[in-house]
Parts: sequence; structure tokens; C-alpha cells
Amino acid sequence: MLQLLNIELYKIFKRPRTFIAFGVIAAIIFLIQIALKFGGEEYVGMMMSGLNSTFDAPADQVMNGYFVCFIILNLLLIHVPILVALVAGDMISGEANMGTLRLLVSKPVSRTQLLLVKFTAACIYTFLLLIWVAVLSLFLSMLLFGTNQLFVARGEEVNIISASDILWRYVAAFAFATVGLITVAALSFMLSAFADNSIGPIVATVCVIIVFTILTQMQIPFYDNTIKPYLFTTHMLGWKGFFYVKGEEGVTIERSIGNLPAIIRSGLILTGYAALFLFTAIWYFKRKNILS
Amino acid sequence: MSSIIQVKHLSKEFGDIKAVNDLSFEVPAGQVYGFLGQNGAGKSTTIRMLLTLITPTAGSIEIFGMDLHHHRKEILRQTGAMIEKPDLYKYLTALENLRIFALMSGIKVTEKILMDQLAMVGLAERAKSKVKTFSQGMKQRLGIAVALVHDPKLIILDEPTNGLDPQGIADIRKLILHLSGDLGKTLVVSSHLLGEMELIADNMLIIDRGRKVVEGKKEALLNPEKVQVEIITDDKERALAVLKETAWRKNMVSSANGTVLLEISKADIPELNRELTEKGINIFSLRPKHTLEDFFLSLTKN
Repeated sequence: MLQLLNIELYKIFKRPRTFIAFGVIAAIIFLIQIALKFGGEEYVGMMMSGLNSTFDAPADQVMNGYFVCFIILNLLLIHVPILVALVAGDMISGEANMGTLRLLVSKPVSRTQLLLVKFTAACIYTFLLLIWVAVLSLFLSMLLFGTNQLFVARGEEVNIISASDILWRYVAAFAFATVGLITVAALSFMLSAFADNSIGPIVATVCVIIVFTILTQMQIPFYDNTIKPYLFTTHMLGWKGFFYVKGEEGVTIERSIGNLPAIIRSGLILTGYAALFLFTAIWYFKRKNILS
Repeated sequence: MSSIIQVKHLSKEFGDIKAVNDLSFEVPAGQVYGFLGQNGAGKSTTIRMLLTLITPTAGSIEIFGMDLHHHRKEILRQTGAMIEKPDLYKYLTALENLRIFALMSGIKVTEKILMDQLAMVGLAERAKSKVKTFSQGMKQRLGIAVALVHDPKLIILDEPTNGLDPQGIADIRKLILHLSGDLGKTLVVSSHLLGEMELIADNMLIIDRGRKVVEGKKEALLNPEKVQVEIITDDKERALAVLKETAWRKNMVSSANGTVLLEISKADIPELNRELTEKGINIFSLRPKHTLEDFFLSLTKN
């Protein structure tokens, strides 16, 4: 099994296409960091104008590495799934398209084993992509902008988290984001099992993400209880929960999480979706006639 | 002689289309088994069923005496295959491709084993070139190396000479005969190059529209009781006139385009030669026209 996993990872990281995602992420993060370095105070001013007028904090105190990372994650975690789909959507259909799937399936490896190994490889790729996001968005931002308290807007309120209480929250948020992105990888992987060319599953995944994200962000009460709770994109935003804290008389309680059960529920729902997508892929692929 | 493959009443339907219809055959051990049929006859579907790529609608397949469905891994571990055009990982080198498929076959490989395989198919010098730079013929050779790298007992080659130049075709023919004759491997080879099949196959199966048309030893298939004989002479018109005056006229098949063709028993060829010579016709040769191609076309023309 480990041998097969090595082979899959070797194939993934020998493809130039794999590194497009890493390059795109680096480019976006650098652009955001440059923009905030030179126009950060203006950005903070705009953000503050939408908040409670009684709240006031100097822009140079708000603008720091932790804050920049929070902004980047807000912007990026909607788009990273598209980059995950580039690889996960290609895992099976890409082999069919190249004509190598028939060679793989005629080897003494069960189809279930083959799919589990390929999915694990896609998960490892997703994880490495998030590590890359973390290194650039958190650690590089800490170097470029320094560290201080983190100001997180929550409706019209602001949660202020002390510098010593932040890093663990980012670790938890990245771990949660990994679960969310693995769900996307599983969806793309399942679609890949149905297809014989890579474009279909990748485009289909991107379309699903775009439509679901629009529905998630639409502020229409009818959707809040009918559709949104069932969309995995709704639960992918659960990472933000680690930055919503409890307060007592206007003072933040250290190491507190505003609504931990909601985060756990979202995590479980995402895991359930990922398992469902993977199971469907295996069920279908075991019966599939390899005609490519 | 024991059979390596036993296929019984095999069928495969895709919707309303019967790609393979109640097909039964046996492949003897240590021989080259030719698998012939026109495009769409069901050859590739049958080969894919032998390799578990396609699930049969009905019938059974036994390989090495084991049921394919229940002993898939054991069987595939001893089987090497090249299915249609061998598309490999274009962004990897020949050596990397070979290593990947060797490892997937469950064997431990050294660089020497891999290089020996590449040398056997004439690709040692291009071992570290990416497959995307290869010609179709080179990919074909690498596909054969992939099929052989884990030293299988049974080798299934689907159109192995596709895209090869005459020298390449001759090399593959030599390799197939070496694998079978010297190493005792069993080979199932499908091809539309009937002349090639005539040179390498010991036994043959001809299928048409998913059904078996004929199966047997090549010699038996190519040497039936009656053959078509073309008379090569310096005076075809006179030969034709003589034949029309004798009992041979009922054996005449064609006399168009200056060709004189008779369908007779092989035993009658000397007698035909004697009679024409006695009547003063110079015979340069009496050429039997019953090649595999003629036979194949006669069986599948409808």
C-alpha cells in the first residue's frame, strides 16, 4: 500500500501542472501583502467605518501579520478549492484520458485499493497546499508586518484577541480548512471516477463550488434554513469559528471559542460528505468497464 | 497439452449491442495464439475481459486453472499485457515508466533489470528520455517492455506491431518467437496484419461480430482439402481454351484479367500440371492462393 502511495505521489509531483497551484497561491498572497503594506491603513479605515462607531483603534495597531493572514484566508479559502480540483479531478479521469488507466487496472492491485491510494495522494497534495498557504500567509506576514493583537470583525462587533492567544487558533483553523478542502477533493475525485477526460470533473467541481458559495453568501432568510445547512460550502466557513471568542463585560476570555459545538458539527458534516463522495467513487469504479 | 486460458460461453453486451456472443476457446501453454478479427469483431472486448477491465455479461474465464473472478490478483501477477496503443506517462522517462509498472506488478526491481528490459526492445539509449519525445513505434516497444518487465508466464499483446516500421515489425516478430520458443511463454497476440500472424502463430482463433468463426492449428487452417491454384503461363488464352475442353472446366473459378484460377484438391495439382504440359502449354508455376488472408476474408466477408 505504501509502495503504491509512493508511486502516486511521484506521479503527482513529477507533473509540472501540480506546481501551478503553488505558484498561483504564492502570486495571490504576495499581491495582497504588497497591497496591504502600502495601502493597509486605508483598508483598515474602510473596515472600521462599517463597525460600531464607539469602537476605535489605531490603524497601525490593527494592521499586523495576524490580521493580514486573516484577510488572506478570507479571500483565499474560497479559491483554493479550485486549485485542489485541478489535481483531484485529474486523478482517475486523467489516467483514462492518457490511456494509462487500463494498464493500472490490469495490474494485481484491487480497484478499491487503487482508489484509496489515489485519494490519499490527493489528500496529501491538499494538505501540502495548505501548508504552503500557511507558510506564506501567516509566517511571511508575521515577518513583514510584525505581530500584535488580532482584531476580528463579527457583525457590528469586534473581537480582540491577544497576541499570545492567536497562533493555536491559526493551527486549528488550518486543520479545519484541511477537512473542508479534503471534502472538495473527494467531490472532485468522485466526478473523476465517472469521467474519461480531466476537463469535465474539474469544470464540474468548480461550477458546484461557485454555485454553492453564491448560495452560502446570499442573505435571503428562506435559504438560511432550507438550503444553506446542507451545503458543504456553508460548513467550510467553520474555520472562522476559532476566531470568534467569548467575552465577559467586554473583555475577551483567553483560549475561549464562541461556539465550539457548531465547529464540531460542521467538521463532522464535512467528513460525512467526504466519506459519501469517496464511497460513491469506489462503488461506481468497482463496476466500471474500462473502455478508454 | 494443457491449456493456460479456458474461456467458456463468454458474452458481453453493451445495451442492445452484443460485442461478444457465446465465445469459447482454449489457449495451449507455451504457444503463440493468434487472435484474428476485423475491426469491431470483439477482439479488444475479449482481451479486456481476460484482463478484468470489462465485466462479462455471461460465461466464465479460467487462467492458469483458476477462476479469473475469484483469483484476479494471482492471475494478473503472472500476466503481462499491452492493450491497444500503449499510452504511458508522457512527462516521465522510459525508465521511470518501466519502474512504476514493475512496482505495480509487485516485484522488486533493480536498475539493471529495467535497463535489460529496455535493451531487449532496443530502447536502452533512450532510457532517460521523456516518453513525450518518443515516436509511436518507440512507445510501442516501451509498451512491450512494460508487459514483460515482471517476467510473466502469460503475455497478451493487442496489435503489437501497430505503428512500427518494417524493421520494427521484424524485431517484434523475433521477440515473440524468442519468448515462446526459447522461454516457453504463452502469448495471445491479436493483430490485423494477417501476414504477420501467419509467421508467428501456432494456433488461431478467428472471430466475427463477437462469435467464433473458426479455431485451430495454423497448418490445419491454411491447408484445407481444396485450394485455389493460379496458373502462371506464357499463353493464358491457350491455357484457358485447353482447360475449357477438358474436365477441369468445372473447377474454374476465374479467368478474368488474364488470370486463370482453379479450385482443386491439392492432390490433383501434379495431374493438372502434367495435362497442361502434354498439351504444349509452358507452365511457369501453379501457385496455391490459399493464404491466411484469403481464408480470413472468405470466412468473414459476409
